[in-house]
Amino acid sequence: MTTALLEARDLSIHKGLRQLLKDVTLCVEPGDLWQLAGGNGIGKTSLLRSFARLASIEVYGDLSRCDDVLYIGHSAALKGAMTPRQNLKYHPSGLCTPTDTEIEEALAAVGLAGYENALTARLSAGQKRRVALARLFLPSGRLWLLDEPFTALDVAGVAILEQRFTAHAQAGGAVVFTSHQSADLGGLLNVLDLEQFRGD
Amino acid sequence: MWRIIHQFGSPPWVYRFCDKVIPWLMPITIGALLVGSVWGLLFAPTDYKQGDSYRIIYIHVPAAVVALAGYYVMALAGLVSLVWRVKLADTAMRAAAPIGAAYTAIALITGAIWGKPTWGAWWVWDARITSMLILFFLYVGVIALFEAYENKTVAARACAILSLVGTVNIPIIYKSVDWWYSLHQPASIKFTGSSAIDASMLYPLLGMIITFYALFALLMMLNLKQSLTEEYAQSAWLNKRLAA
Amino acid sequence: MTETRDIDILHYCRSQTARHLMLMVRSPSEVVNPLLFFLLVIVLFPLGLGPDPEQLSVLAPGILWVVALLSNLMICMRLFVDDLEDGSLEQVAMARVPLSIAVLPQLLASWLASGLLLSLVSPIFGLMLGLPLDVAPVLVASLLMGTAIMLLLGAVGAALTVGVQRGGILLAILILPLYVPILIAGTRALNEALHGGDPTVALALLGAGVTGGLLLAPVAIAAGVRVSLEL
Repeated sequence: MTTALLEARDLSIHKGLRQLLKDVTLCVEPGDLWQLAGGNGIGKTSLLRSFARLASIEVYGDLSRCDDVLYIGHSAALKGAMTPRQNLKYHPSGLCTPTDTEIEEALAAVGLAGYENALTARLSAGQKRRVALARLFLPSGRLWLLDEPFTALDVAGVAILEQRFTAHAQAGGAVVFTSHQSADLGGLLNVLDLEQFRGD
Repeated sequence: MWRIIHQFGSPPWVYRFCDKVIPWLMPITIGALLVGSVWGLLFAPTDYKQGDSYRIIYIHVPAAVVALAGYYVMALAGLVSLVWRVKLADTAMRAAAPIGAAYTAIALITGAIWGKPTWGAWWVWDARITSMLILFFLYVGVIALFEAYENKTVAARACAILSLVGTVNIPIIYKSVDWWYSLHQPASIKFTGSSAIDASMLYPLLGMIITFYALFALLMMLNLKQSLTEEYAQSAWLNKRLAA
Repeated sequence: MTETRDIDILHYCRSQTARHLMLMVRSPSEVVNPLLFFLLVIVLFPLGLGPDPEQLSVLAPGILWVVALLSNLMICMRLFVDDLEDGSLEQVAMARVPLSIAVLPQLLASWLASGLLLSLVSPIFGLMLGLPLDVAPVLVASLLMGTAIMLLLGAVGAALTVGVQRGGILLAILILPLYVPILIAGTRALNEALHGGDPTVALALLGAGVTGGLLLAPVAIAAGVRVSLEL
């Protein structure tokens, strides 16, 4: 029984006729923070989605992973016609009954106290991203797979997120995220440069 | 069992198999087609009820039978691809679809040719023909779904699911069309009577059915070989084989 | 803080059904438009066939069912589109609930807002086509079951085509052939009721269709959703 939250061995990812990545190997232990780095189009999102098992048809190789996973993709999965409170309460990932207090605390933690009952459609892009990230402050999975989580966040938002990552790792969880920017996570960060796995 | 599936799923093996079988299957099938068609269309005895116009059944019935079987072949290939992740099964499924659709079209057209002299109309909404028309749409659906996806590997997965859904529905559709027809049609017209068919007519018919099956297999193999040649154009085993 | 509470499937279904119903309430046109479409197309038939009430009442079962079929098609075209676009469908796939169950809440909400409404309102449309009110119970019962099966089958097609450009027409090509048995059974039930026969066989078949559909369709829908998420 391995303690690793995610273990990928010789993973290769294809897209149609192209081979995006090959021989990807990664082991994510509790307490790890991993950034998947690489230029545009190299396959960061595809790799992350294969970890999430959202992409599996063109993924070859060994992948084992715990079940306690939280995934936030490019799109925020927010309904403009609902309020942030409702978006979190009825989240399609099955956030299992966050209480109203928990929701308020989570929204406050991302700096959106007072916006619980605003229409999500009226929020700015950055604010919407914060609502999406509020999930990270609710009872959530051990393994976080986040696609470009820092997009649209201002400096304050970035700081909140970085702190949250560190706290999560210290509590025994792990974060794997893709990003163009380098995050300041105080040396705890492992960077996996995908250039070394570029396919043929 | 696993070994057998693996062998069938190995492109070089299948390519060799096609190369071995096609050279003799092709002349036999074409020969049988010619003989069967000529026998049925010219030499079989005249039917006492329908005269000479019935002769088209030597094309119509085999086409219809194999069209239906072809859908199941396609769905089976889809199932193998879904369950055992055999890539070649995808290719086989893709090969079967247009061939099956063509067979269905031939069955429909020959059905119309039969209908005109027999009942005076190019199209009669009989249970058999109506079911065949729906089968045609089912084939077209699979082909259209495949074309709609840009990523062909994912497309094949979608088509496998669709073919399996179709497979479950085909018996239901056929039965319900039969039921519908039995209520609405006053006279009991049957394309293929369950009444005894004379041996002199039955044997050429059976022969043609077998020939059409063989033709289906032949076309599948030709199609498979073509697909494999395109897909593995760069690979070593193919180039070695073509050079030899 | 890093532990997820266990997911209660029933709670998940209730919460997601609530979510979809809430969204429908916020955009009422999604609910009203299919009904309007139904009404408009029904109106076309007397205009095209002539106002003779006897002729219309003979054709009424077929007309009603074909139009119900087409309205249902329109609903299925919208089924997973929004959720795919904004990333909600991904989240449904990530939920620790079997996907074949996780897709059902949306279908339930959809049916409540469309099939159920349509069936209850259908006797009015039937009257417009010369269908007497005493066949209304059979009409409503058959449509209730028929729309349920159509939604389940249509969802399979919707799941397979949601990621595709101009998937609407493709959806029609894929599922209209599958709708044929429902059409046949539904019109049969109505015709039997109209002419004093026994509609129970047809109704029972529709019932079997609902049961079979509920058992088999969700697996296919889940498979289709997974395929569409790969794109």
